[in-house]
Amino acid sequence: MATEVLMPALSPTMEEGTLAKWLVKEGDEVASGDILAEIETDKATMEFEAVDEGIIGKILIDEGTEGVKVNTPIAVMVEDGESVDDIAAPAANEDDAKDSAPKETDRPDGDKAPAQPTRQSAPPETDIPEGTDMRSTTVREALRDAMAEEMRADDTVFLMGEEVAEYQGAYKVSQGLLDEFGARRVIDTPITEHGFTGLAAGAAMGGLRPIVEFMTFNFAMQAMDQIINTVAKTRYMSGGQMSCPIVFRGPNGAAARVAAQHSQDYAAWYAHVPGLHVVMPYSASDAKGLLKTAIRGDNPVIFLENELLYGQSFDVPEMDDYTVPFGKARIWREGEDVTIVSFGIGMKYALEAADALAEDGITAEVIDLRTLRPLDYDTVLNSVKKTNRCITVEEGWPVASIGNHLSATIMERAFDYLDAPVINLTGKDVPLPYAANLEKLALVTTKEVIEAARAVTYR
Amino acid sequence: MAARKSADKKPSKSNTSKEELLDHYREMLLIRRFEEKAGQLYGMGLIGGFCHLYIGQEAVVVGLEAAAEEGDKRITSYRDHGHMLASGMDPKGVMAELTGREDGYSKGKGGSMHMFSTEKHFYGGHGIVGAQVPIGTGLAFADKYKDNGRVTFTYFGDGAANQGQVYESFNMASLWQLPVIYVVENNQYAMGTSMQRSSSTPDIYKRGEAFAIPGEAVDGMDVLAVKEAGLRATEHCRAGDGPYILEMKTYRYRGHSMSDPAKYRTREEVQKVREERDAIEHVRELLLQGKHASEDELKAIDKDIKNVVNDAAEFAKNSPEPAVEELWTDIYA
Repeated sequence: MATEVLMPALSPTMEEGTLAKWLVKEGDEVASGDILAEIETDKATMEFEAVDEGIIGKILIDEGTEGVKVNTPIAVMVEDGESVDDIAAPAANEDDAKDSAPKETDRPDGDKAPAQPTRQSAPPETDIPEGTDMRSTTVREALRDAMAEEMRADDTVFLMGEEVAEYQGAYKVSQGLLDEFGARRVIDTPITEHGFTGLAAGAAMGGLRPIVEFMTFNFAMQAMDQIINTVAKTRYMSGGQMSCPIVFRGPNGAAARVAAQHSQDYAAWYAHVPGLHVVMPYSASDAKGLLKTAIRGDNPVIFLENELLYGQSFDVPEMDDYTVPFGKARIWREGEDVTIVSFGIGMKYALEAADALAEDGITAEVIDLRTLRPLDYDTVLNSVKKTNRCITVEEGWPVASIGNHLSATIMERAFDYLDAPVINLTGKDVPLPYAANLEKLALVTTKEVIEAARAVTYR
Repeated sequence: MAARKSADKKPSKSNTSKEELLDHYREMLLIRRFEEKAGQLYGMGLIGGFCHLYIGQEAVVVGLEAAAEEGDKRITSYRDHGHMLASGMDPKGVMAELTGREDGYSKGKGGSMHMFSTEKHFYGGHGIVGAQVPIGTGLAFADKYKDNGRVTFTYFGDGAANQGQVYESFNMASLWQLPVIYVVENNQYAMGTSMQRSSSTPDIYKRGEAFAIPGEAVDGMDVLAVKEAGLRATEHCRAGDGPYILEMKTYRYRGHSMSDPAKYRTREEVQKVREERDAIEHVRELLLQGKHASEDELKAIDKDIKNVVNDAAEFAKNSPEPAVEELWTDIYA
């Protein structure tokens, strides 16, 4: 019986890829384990093996095709004596394949999940000169560009972490840096978070500016003592004599289906600690501008990225030296009826919700905090004074969340302006489950944001 | 690479000059008298919190400082007063930090366990057992990155030797051939737990073998033996041969901290070390036997040191408490 060969998902977050090369041709006999094709994801080029034996009946997707969605039929295998002509047109099966197989990469977006990553364009920043050319850039490239620019400018800046050099980054963020800067400045570490975080602290005290990549922030838990007890406190404990200007960066929060130990948002944890700056960008331009500010600054910075955003493209200004200051929120969308405050991946849900609400005549003002420490209280309070309603959106757990802190601040400083209680939308108060349906339920969704906005506007 | 035990070997004394012996004597005595004074001030309520005295271990830091060159770095745990004095930090500033005053090295905001001096290349003063070990390794990383020929003395105790991050550090230091000397001050007790009750193997200096780091055991009560070992270690590091481990067999006479009743060992045990192995007495005897100094000359030195320590104490009592505005400074650049 003829079977379709589907475009495989080669990483937890892969949504599409490039069919780089076919290693078989129509009519070839293949055995299980034979390499059929090379497939390029946004992270790596992977070999794709046959699962069953058979004959390549027909190749449906030509090599070199970009943007092939996961689960798209790419070839048809037939058995001996079977003809390709017997097979029904594969296009007819495409929808079936999509519906029946739960996509590993589905995000818990509620009812309005867009299949395509949305390319957001934000209102121009006031500090970008008018007429500046903008270039569509992924968050991944923006982060790499920021590091490369700062490393070119300052020899004391170096990058260390697991797989940052020869592997080109576990998530390909450091791609090309080893080639440009060499092994002295782009350093593969053993898997030893506690040790290399302490080592970075010493290197910083000794006059260097380390960028430490955690493969994910989940692994930074191993290094928590050094981050909090050494890095955050050295300046204070030494009466200002010494400090640890380190940027700790890497993906934070839930990726896709990697379950409890690999899916956690640390924003509120780090935001608790005086002595740290905490940054959590959403767009590529902010990722670049904020990372440059982080590397250049004299303070330790926790820079929380998101794996699901790495591949998303945004406009980034083409400037020699584009930086974004800390402590300045960005108003993505102005509105009159409700203020939605978020940061990082939460912005995706906030913006999607704002689009949906606009269709129903509710205008939401959407604020991206961008940095959680320092936090731009004024922008939030001024917005709340205008809209009289506020909801907060974040992926982390509900207890002692960033939203809780904002609610308390709004209560203290804008109590009389409130026409409804502030609602904090967060991840649910559970370890993140693996099952696709439960994972969706555990994370904050666009639908919840929409419902909360309706609740506070009584509409 | 070989682990060796030099604890039983007495160094030759003939090549140690009179000046050198007198310097060692003065420096060790300064530490002891300073610590005794700190103990007094603690009893008077002028020093608060935790206060870990270095009495008994003076030869370790004084011997190694004699092997150090200008620009070399040092970092240690919370039992740090001796290291600061030996590195040349001002006793007044150290004592004023102990009393939590504005003239202290950390403006009164660090206290006994958290003091630093960029000028003297002293990188703390760390309160978490073992945490200074990767940090010291990182200081050496910075030196290697800058290719400046400096070495870092990273001190830790027998208790810290059981922390995982110590071995993470050993691995990286050996992998990257970092110029770091790991100085294990084995005073035989991790707070109240003796080595034999906490460690599966008795010889800490051998624990680098798995990482190809040479190590040796040293009589940490013999300042000359310490210095010689220190010179071997610094030479190894400066030659670009990577890290080195020195296990100093030493002993603390006082409790773990001021609030430790020290019920885990007998008075007799402490007394025996004091009488038979005391580091200061050892140098005193060398000075007298070698006719390098008379009793009167040594008394004069004692008196000088007492004055220095009394001045430091007076200074520390009279220095004002930090201004309330200091609560909010030095958090960010």
